[in-house]
Amino acid sequence: MSAGPPVVEAIQISKRFASTQALLDVDTALLAGCCLGLVGRNGAGKSTLVSILCGLRAPDSGEVRFDGELAPPLADIGAWRQRISTVFQHSMTIPQLTVAENIFLGEQPGRRGFVNWRAMRAQTRRVLREWDFNVDPGVECGALTVEQRQIVEIAGALVRGTRILLLDEPTAALERDAVRRLFDRVRALVASGVAVLYISHHLEEVFEVCQDVLVLRDGEVVLTAPTSALTQDQLVGAMVGEIEAPVVTARSGSGGALRKVKVSSEELLVVSDIVAASQRGSLFGASLTVRAGERVGLTGLLGAGVATLGRAIVGTQSYESGSIIFDGKPLPPRRPAAALAAGVGYIPEDRWLEGFVGQLGIAENVTMSIAPHLASRLGFLTPSKRMAAARPLAKELSLVSRGLNQAVDELSGGNQQKVSVARALASEPKLIVAITPTRGVDVASKELLLAALAEITRATGASLLLASDEFADLQICDRVIVLVRGQVFTEFTEPPYEDEELIAATEGLLVTAGRD
Amino acid sequence: MTEVREKEALPSIEPALPLENRSRRLAALAFVRGAALLPVIAVLLIIGSITSPVFFSISNLAGVGQQASALGMCVIGEALIIMIGGMDLSLEGTFGLAPMISAWLMVPVAAFGAGTLWGPVPGLLALLAVGVAVGLINGFMIVKFRLNGFIWTLAMTIILYGFQDGITTGQTLPDEPAAWSYLGSQYWGQIPVSLVFTVLVFIVVGLFLRYHRWGRDIYAVGGNPSAARAAGIRVDRIRIGVYVAGSVLAAIGGLMEAGRDLAVTSTQGYPEGIIFNVFAAAVIGGVSLKGGRGGMLGAALGVVLLALVQNVLDLGNVNNYWIDAIDGAVILFALIMARVIGGEAAAE
Repeated sequence: MSAGPPVVEAIQISKRFASTQALLDVDTALLAGCCLGLVGRNGAGKSTLVSILCGLRAPDSGEVRFDGELAPPLADIGAWRQRISTVFQHSMTIPQLTVAENIFLGEQPGRRGFVNWRAMRAQTRRVLREWDFNVDPGVECGALTVEQRQIVEIAGALVRGTRILLLDEPTAALERDAVRRLFDRVRALVASGVAVLYISHHLEEVFEVCQDVLVLRDGEVVLTAPTSALTQDQLVGAMVGEIEAPVVTARSGSGGALRKVKVSSEELLVVSDIVAASQRGSLFGASLTVRAGERVGLTGLLGAGVATLGRAIVGTQSYESGSIIFDGKPLPPRRPAAALAAGVGYIPEDRWLEGFVGQLGIAENVTMSIAPHLASRLGFLTPSKRMAAARPLAKELSLVSRGLNQAVDELSGGNQQKVSVARALASEPKLIVAITPTRGVDVASKELLLAALAEITRATGASLLLASDEFADLQICDRVIVLVRGQVFTEFTEPPYEDEELIAATEGLLVTAGRD
Repeated sequence: MTEVREKEALPSIEPALPLENRSRRLAALAFVRGAALLPVIAVLLIIGSITSPVFFSISNLAGVGQQASALGMCVIGEALIIMIGGMDLSLEGTFGLAPMISAWLMVPVAAFGAGTLWGPVPGLLALLAVGVAVGLINGFMIVKFRLNGFIWTLAMTIILYGFQDGITTGQTLPDEPAAWSYLGSQYWGQIPVSLVFTVLVFIVVGLFLRYHRWGRDIYAVGGNPSAARAAGIRVDRIRIGVYVAGSVLAAIGGLMEAGRDLAVTSTQGYPEGIIFNVFAAAVIGGVSLKGGRGGMLGAALGVVLLALVQNVLDLGNVNNYWIDAIDGAVILFALIMARVIGGEAAAE
């Protein structure tokens, strides 16, 4: 669409970390007024490419060019920021500062170091109005929603004069409507001549907003093509290569619809009238039951309390009233160790926060929950014993590592998630509580993870409570419970579940005969 | 299943190197990190031998060892507390108060005692009890009541010293029973008992940290408390337990110091400002103030390094007024060396 050199160009970029070749001879270019999708599995080199393009890391070889000219030296961060800006998955705004301050961070208008607040607010208002961004410049960023904070970051980039935006997993924490509005915003930016690099695990998003797509696999570019010339299957094929092909069949073999239900009538978990206050969704009297061997899905909008309910069961969330009976006995509130001992395995929502201890090894993390059982009577436990206990699980989940004593910090995101899953499975739980286990995990690893969960619950007879806002994840469930504003709204009992029905239910609407 | 099969099953872009070898290499690397101070210590030994002919005499090194032992006990305690992500400035207060109360309960009124004339065994139990009590108070207020550990233990160290000064009206208490002073004053052959004891404690704690599940829990709690809690570790118990262990170790360190002096002086602990050396030894030795990283080998080498610096300065007849300046500079130099040799994670 535009003539002249690309606004940013990567030429023969290579980067190596210790024994891992993260990128190898990567060529790519962004054009003004175009949106390029960047996809690839966890560990394919997406993050490394982003960090090189936005000047956070130097490549081992190759070069970055802006408008045909060599990029400024890495130390000159200001020069990079004027050309290219990245909006990361986790918000980089400073919560204690106002919207205006965050937008002008580091380059507040004023003279001799004194900030001209009036000018700053006025300019902020102008930029926000120009782009039709609906945020109050005087509010502290900590009080904003995830979507609004993202807007602040984009506005900050535009104020600096950036015409190249890297959006790294921008929809990961957004609700459906917010995602729609983000797409509109991206299209408006692209139409005005901004170049966008859109990184996502959600391929349908890539087809929706990107004109072209770049696929990385094991650090190399395997495909660059217009999205209009590709099908979703072709794109997945390019990402996965031929190695993972059997995984897909494993999944279809254990899909919810095909499974012979072997659910007993015995109620394993009875949750009654939980009332809990949480920033991420309060509960106002939520109740549910899970029978032995049953797989129950739990879904809802971001603030509906889905994660809060899961966390209350595993003991990491306090609640004001209500009761949780597991296996006939009440579970004490706020006691994760008690829940674990009773037979509840926990796959946390935020793996960096609760899933693993980064500087410790894989085996140590996987066996952390079962150390009391592995250890001798006096509590002694050798690393080799931990390895032996962790090895079958690592194999079952196809965990890729340099060895089971490798620090989890050094693993790719998908493998880190596998460590957190393995830790939950190690205790051979009667109930697995998984909260958005596939978030930030690539397509193939996602399939593998769900297949593993389905297979393990089938083989061991364990129950599963799967909280997720990814409807595709819920297909392995026998039942799906929908929460709306902290209460159970409805329940679907007949897989496969239709996206339209689920979407309507999460919004508090019943379009079809959803309720039995 | 074998390591080899595990490797074959996975798409890997790693160079082919037997996993067995790699894990051994990793272990070797961890050891080198822990021993990052060895070159600095070697240089100090050379400087020491040039400075004075008596440096390498057994009596001099035994003296250094005896002096370092008391510090070493406190460093073990502080290292454990730092590893769970905490800090305890009041170890120096306990270092002075615990032996003082113990001695006060044992020695006659004429030697400024309480007049209770306890024997050495109850006296030692009292010493340990003071350590446990201070550790429990610190642990409870910091962990359960969530007070800031820095300010809390800063105030505690002053309070503990206040008690030390108050109950004896600033006197030095001599004439403790020989059994009580044995650990700090006696030699087996030419080797100080306190040195043997401290080395043993370093080894036992080091093995405990590696091979006991509570030891591993300390790393997990310090590295990521939320993840540790989610994995069923009783995070608060581990933390409080470590605060108690730290205070008890400091109390035993104080016992060694008092034994060496054959008296509990009113300046033992807080007025000497030993807490600076305690933190310095731990951090130079690779214990991260961010928690979750470090080990006993590094901490021990940190103690050895500080003790050698002190000794070399003493033997070199350095002008007394300049000793502190040089002492501080050497510690900073050691910190820089630890970072250079140990890499990113060292000397944080």
